[in-house]
Amino acid sequence: MKPLYKYAILILTVLTVISACSKKDDSQPQTANKATLSLQFDNIAGDRNLQLNTGTYKNAFGEKFTVQLLQYFISNIKVKTKDDQEFVVPQDESYFLVKESDGATQFCKVKVPEGDYKTLTFTLGVDSLRNTMDISKRTGVLDPTGGMDDGMYWGWNSGYIFFKMEGTSEQAPVDPTGVRKFRFHIGGFGGYSAPTFNNVKTVTVDLSAAGIARVREGRESNVHFFVDVMKMFNGKTNISIAANPQVMFSNYSVNVANNFSSMFYHDHTEN
Amino acid sequence: MTTLKIKKMRERTLYIILFSFSLFIYACKKETNIKEVISTFLGFQKPSNFPEPVYKLENNPITEAGFLLGRALFYEPRLSRDNTISCGSCHIQTSGFTQHGHDVSHGIDDRLGSRNSPPMMNLAWNKSFMWDGGVFDLDLQPVNPITNPVEMDEKIENVLLKLKQMPKYVSLFNKAFGTEEITNAMMMKALSQFMLMCVSANSKYDKVMRKEEGQTFTPDEQTGYTIFKDKCGNCHREPLFTDGSFRNNGIAIGPNNDQGRYMATLNPKDEYKFKVPSLRNLGYTAPYMHDGRFLTLNGVLEHYTNEVKATPNLDPFLQQHDQLGISLSADAKLKLLTFLKTLDDKDFVTRKDLAEQ
Repeated sequence: MKPLYKYAILILTVLTVISACSKKDDSQPQTANKATLSLQFDNIAGDRNLQLNTGTYKNAFGEKFTVQLLQYFISNIKVKTKDDQEFVVPQDESYFLVKESDGATQFCKVKVPEGDYKTLTFTLGVDSLRNTMDISKRTGVLDPTGGMDDGMYWGWNSGYIFFKMEGTSEQAPVDPTGVRKFRFHIGGFGGYSAPTFNNVKTVTVDLSAAGIARVREGRESNVHFFVDVMKMFNGKTNISIAANPQVMFSNYSVNVANNFSSMFYHDHTEN
Repeated sequence: MTTLKIKKMRERTLYIILFSFSLFIYACKKETNIKEVISTFLGFQKPSNFPEPVYKLENNPITEAGFLLGRALFYEPRLSRDNTISCGSCHIQTSGFTQHGHDVSHGIDDRLGSRNSPPMMNLAWNKSFMWDGGVFDLDLQPVNPITNPVEMDEKIENVLLKLKQMPKYVSLFNKAFGTEEITNAMMMKALSQFMLMCVSANSKYDKVMRKEEGQTFTPDEQTGYTIFKDKCGNCHREPLFTDGSFRNNGIAIGPNNDQGRYMATLNPKDEYKFKVPSLRNLGYTAPYMHDGRFLTLNGVLEHYTNEVKATPNLDPFLQQHDQLGISLSADAKLKLLTFLKTLDDKDFVTRKDLAEQ
């Protein structure tokens, strides 16, 4: 009996050590308490605040336009400290649909460990993996219910619409409903069984110039971005409403998406 | 001694109590056994002559309650804006789950679609859905007909609201998913469960292949089968009678300039390509092609023998030996048609469990 007893103790000790090791592996490098980090997306048009329906703006081609609908996905948020400690927000908590018509949606709030963050990274759109996941993993803003008006999902060619902007312009041709409307529905995650274009854009912002995010428990650090829709029109390729009033699932959409990254301007941080 | 006696008696009472309890347990067990006998639901069964399914069944295990909910939803006109059109309106079981007699589908307010309702069968083996393959998961398919303005023209949110108001669905969803909630994902999973159960594998061809009921091909069917394997089997691959690929088969561009697979991939090589349809249940699913342009199989064979156009990306199988199309004598055509009849699955188009109840 005695040697068996000894073995049992030995095995138990080994097991305890092993479980202790695995426990360590599970935890993030930062062990501090988590607190709220808020990303504010404040939509503007050049020098003016964006006002749905009432504001009139002019792009590089001199085309006057109004915006009736503006919404886009922000996802896969990551932060990095000065000494390159990275924290990736768990994916299931990291999908947001920002709508100009709904102020509350313009604040994307995530929980990150307390710390001073110098770099912020996020995706404009929805990553390809989530585009192909089982429907039960697509809840909340990702529920693929389609819908023609404010829906952010293409049913006919399975995939999310990352960025949707619609409005009117005298330069847009009359559409079948009798309105001079332009529509930019930008998506495309690279294709499932056959490769197509990939309009998923990752944006990395250095916060040091306009204010790093000091995340502390009991406070809410708010990183305030201006999102300039004018930069969607005026960029590497200037987009003309007259020439391209409807940009949806087409190769031309790549030009629009390539202008996206410069839309985000870090104005300040409220700590 | 007396204490021992008492102890023994106590022991005996204990045994009696235990015995009677076990009787109860046995009785309960019997009841569940009887229930199991009444239910004829066999779940999803892979036919022995079929490959492994493509659909990830582990993400949506098929249960009787899920199947029954899916069937109710499939035949539920409330899925459409004005409660007039159900999935079953354009996918009619007796026509191999197509809309018989319609070249393109006929939806809400008598609006017409641009394509022929494809047959709904053996979907567990489909690598993609729609004539252009734009949808890659069966669970993501029903959102299209429901929200398409010329089909059911409804919003998923509205459908869920309508269903939540009906005690029948609250109960059916609860039985299937064990919750009072009704979500889009559950609705789609239930619809998938019904559609996955639409397995057609009881044609004469299947029975011959499985050597069931002593079935054999007649000499004409056998000759037709040999012709089929030689001339058609490369694309319409057995046992599903499609390889799931997209091909340009040299049909003339239709009046609505439907560019097919190209619209989903924007790859010029995919222009005017459409998914190779299965040849199963051809006898029930006329008309043929993505836009239902051929009313009969003779029309289809006439196309392949005499009318194939030299399109820029015509399928290589249709331009062998410097010749467009497939060469078939009149006699070979007859034998081929005789063989194709063995792919009709009467059982599939008449099975009560797949019908509207």
